[in-house]
Amino acid sequence: MIQNLLPQASTFAGDIDFLWLLISSIVFFWFICAEVMFFWLLFRFRYQEGVPAQYVTGNEKHLKRWITWPHALIILCDVAVIVGAVRVWYDVKQDLPEPDYTIGVMAQQWAWSFEHPGPDGELGTDDDVKTVDDLHVVVDKTYHFKLRSRDVLHSFSIPVFRLKQDVIPGREITGWFTPTKTGTYDIQCAEMCGIGHGIMAGRVVIETPEEHEAWLASGGN
Amino acid sequence: MSEAAKIDAGHHDDHHHHEPTFTEKYIFPLDHKYIGMQYMFTGMFMALFGGFFVYAFRMQLAFPGMSVPGYGTVSPAEYNMLITNHGSVMIFWVAMPVLIAAFGNYLIPLMIGADDMVFPKLNRLSYQVFLVSILILFASWMVEGGGFGGAWTSYPPLSADANYSMTPLGSSLWLAAVATEFAAFLIGGINFITTAMNSRAPGMRAKDVPMIVWMICIASILFMASVGPLIAGAIMLFFDQMIGTGFFDPKRGGDPILWQHLFWFFGHPEVYVVLLPACGFVAEIITVFARKKLFAYQTILYTAIGTGVLSFFVWAHHQFVAGIDPRMANIFTVTTVLISIPIAEMMFLFIATLYGGSIRYTVPMLWALGFIGEFLIGGVTGIFLGASGMDIYFHDTYFVIAHFHYTFFPIAFIGTFAAFTFWFPKMFGRMMNSTLGKIHFWGTIIPLNTIFIPLFVLGAAGQHRRIYNYNHFPDLSTPDLQMLRVTATVSLLVLIAFQFVFLFNVIYSMFAGEKAGPNPWKSNTLEWTTPSPPFHGNWHPNDMPTVYRGPYEYSVPGREDDYWPQNEPT
Repeated sequence: MIQNLLPQASTFAGDIDFLWLLISSIVFFWFICAEVMFFWLLFRFRYQEGVPAQYVTGNEKHLKRWITWPHALIILCDVAVIVGAVRVWYDVKQDLPEPDYTIGVMAQQWAWSFEHPGPDGELGTDDDVKTVDDLHVVVDKTYHFKLRSRDVLHSFSIPVFRLKQDVIPGREITGWFTPTKTGTYDIQCAEMCGIGHGIMAGRVVIETPEEHEAWLASGGN
Repeated sequence: MSEAAKIDAGHHDDHHHHEPTFTEKYIFPLDHKYIGMQYMFTGMFMALFGGFFVYAFRMQLAFPGMSVPGYGTVSPAEYNMLITNHGSVMIFWVAMPVLIAAFGNYLIPLMIGADDMVFPKLNRLSYQVFLVSILILFASWMVEGGGFGGAWTSYPPLSADANYSMTPLGSSLWLAAVATEFAAFLIGGINFITTAMNSRAPGMRAKDVPMIVWMICIASILFMASVGPLIAGAIMLFFDQMIGTGFFDPKRGGDPILWQHLFWFFGHPEVYVVLLPACGFVAEIITVFARKKLFAYQTILYTAIGTGVLSFFVWAHHQFVAGIDPRMANIFTVTTVLISIPIAEMMFLFIATLYGGSIRYTVPMLWALGFIGEFLIGGVTGIFLGASGMDIYFHDTYFVIAHFHYTFFPIAFIGTFAAFTFWFPKMFGRMMNSTLGKIHFWGTIIPLNTIFIPLFVLGAAGQHRRIYNYNHFPDLSTPDLQMLRVTATVSLLVLIAFQFVFLFNVIYSMFAGEKAGPNPWKSNTLEWTTPSPPFHGNWHPNDMPTVYRGPYEYSVPGREDDYWPQNEPT
């Protein structure tokens, strides 16, 4: 269970972990079936003195159905996986809900710069709070983020949100998240970006509205 | 006999008593068997580098900052160089030469009853170009600034601009080496396909061709059809690096995503380029040692072709979160998940082949069965990554690493060990020691799992790739996760240690193994009708084989022998 290894801290983290459970159940079933059959055959048809092998071409009806039925069942399972995957994908990447706030994220070799809307709640005004490597967000508020890069490819990855999006120089990519749990967690760069790739770490601080107001009032310190 | 083979046969007849000199035989051979061996031993030699690199960076991951015995401390720049070149070497200079070039060269003429490749000189050229690519690669490690460290996928703008990569010469030489290697395999591929089409023994119809020959031909077609865009892309990237063009640089109007499309349009079929030959080895070996006809020969062939065709329509699953139009992910999820159908069916058919058999657990058989057992793990875990919604989280984590090593390790190593131990008696005329072989088998299979199962867990915990020290990430620097990293590294050391058993077994058996005779495994296919090792020209020109039946007629009812060689008249 992924949530036992890493907390779920966004609205869609639970969906992704459920998708993991769905796919795991399906592939585990197939894996066990295949391996059990495999080892049973290995045992049952081991070399025994005086027992010749059978002459089987694979066109016998009673044997062929052992292939054709699993074949049909796999197609059904594939459909289940595809439906589950596309639904989650659509929610996370295609259908962006209306934001409460918008933040700016600039990636560069090898740091993250964040622009938070100030007390007026609007990005791009004079009271914006700019930080390096620390992102401050309010729990249960929906955020849009605008990703840009100064130099090479980076990838904006927040594992507790189950969120990842590559950052491309020359483009602005918009995504969303809604934090559901307070705390401080890792932000990673998940795309090879040069010799400092391994130190391109940030932190996301998920705060209550009061904490966030206090942080804004202090000017982001 | 085909026209080409006739001409060749005549040619060999003239020279039959002329024993090739040392240089003609070992340095610049035209004989497909020696070119095959050159590829094989060069590939194994390159595996030493790939193995040394992984040893160095896995030690750094388990014990960050330590001075790695035999290497020294691993700096971040060196770490990137090590992972980049571990991947490049293992895929382009180990898996490709050994699986396709070595066994393709060695086996195709012998298994279809031809005296040599159709284009022996092109064949020699292919190896020579391959050798040049290795020299360029070595040079790329030794130039000022160090070797290329932008990952084997070499995404621009990082790879395109020395200001970003800080390896001005290393990245260009790496790229040149890769492109040269592709050229070598283009030359080789055309040879395999032409030979298999034109030089088959009289009587050998399409369904009498051993599965491994089919697999290598399909793999060669996939390679030749997919590599063109990447060679073009490599030249554009080279121009970006060397003369400042802007094909992939957004500042000059280029598009970095274009490279990703070109790379993965090749990169994903490439997986099947190396997978199919390994599946071919399995088909040959399990039939011999289960004394069974291959279960549904034609269906296996169709699944291989189906996998090959589908593999051209799945590449963008590597780019779900790369900034492509999110709607595209839905299409590529469907194609990617669908590829599970033919490949699962092929595995089922291999398992079904065991039904009703009389299974002998020889060393090659253990490897072939090990391939099926382990590859299943690689196969099922691929479903997670092909499912777009799941890939948002798993993309570029250790889950991906564990998944593709569960496919590539069985392909490149288990498959190779299966084939090598199976055809060793043919190549060198002596049997390998089977006790040492079994020690090597278990000493490889067990650590393989204890290396990569911890990596699945690390990936699920959110650990992303290509980081030289996880202590910089508080969520990832817990003692539990570090314990998993140490487990993987220690297992790797055990796995590497057991490879020396193999090395010893090869050298020992080559000189002191028991004499093999022409057909030690009682196999049906044509290569076993030649002496071990086969002489130049394979068969005497007046005694070329004729084929009367398919390759898998084992345990035919009413026959005294449980095998029925393809060339034995009815």
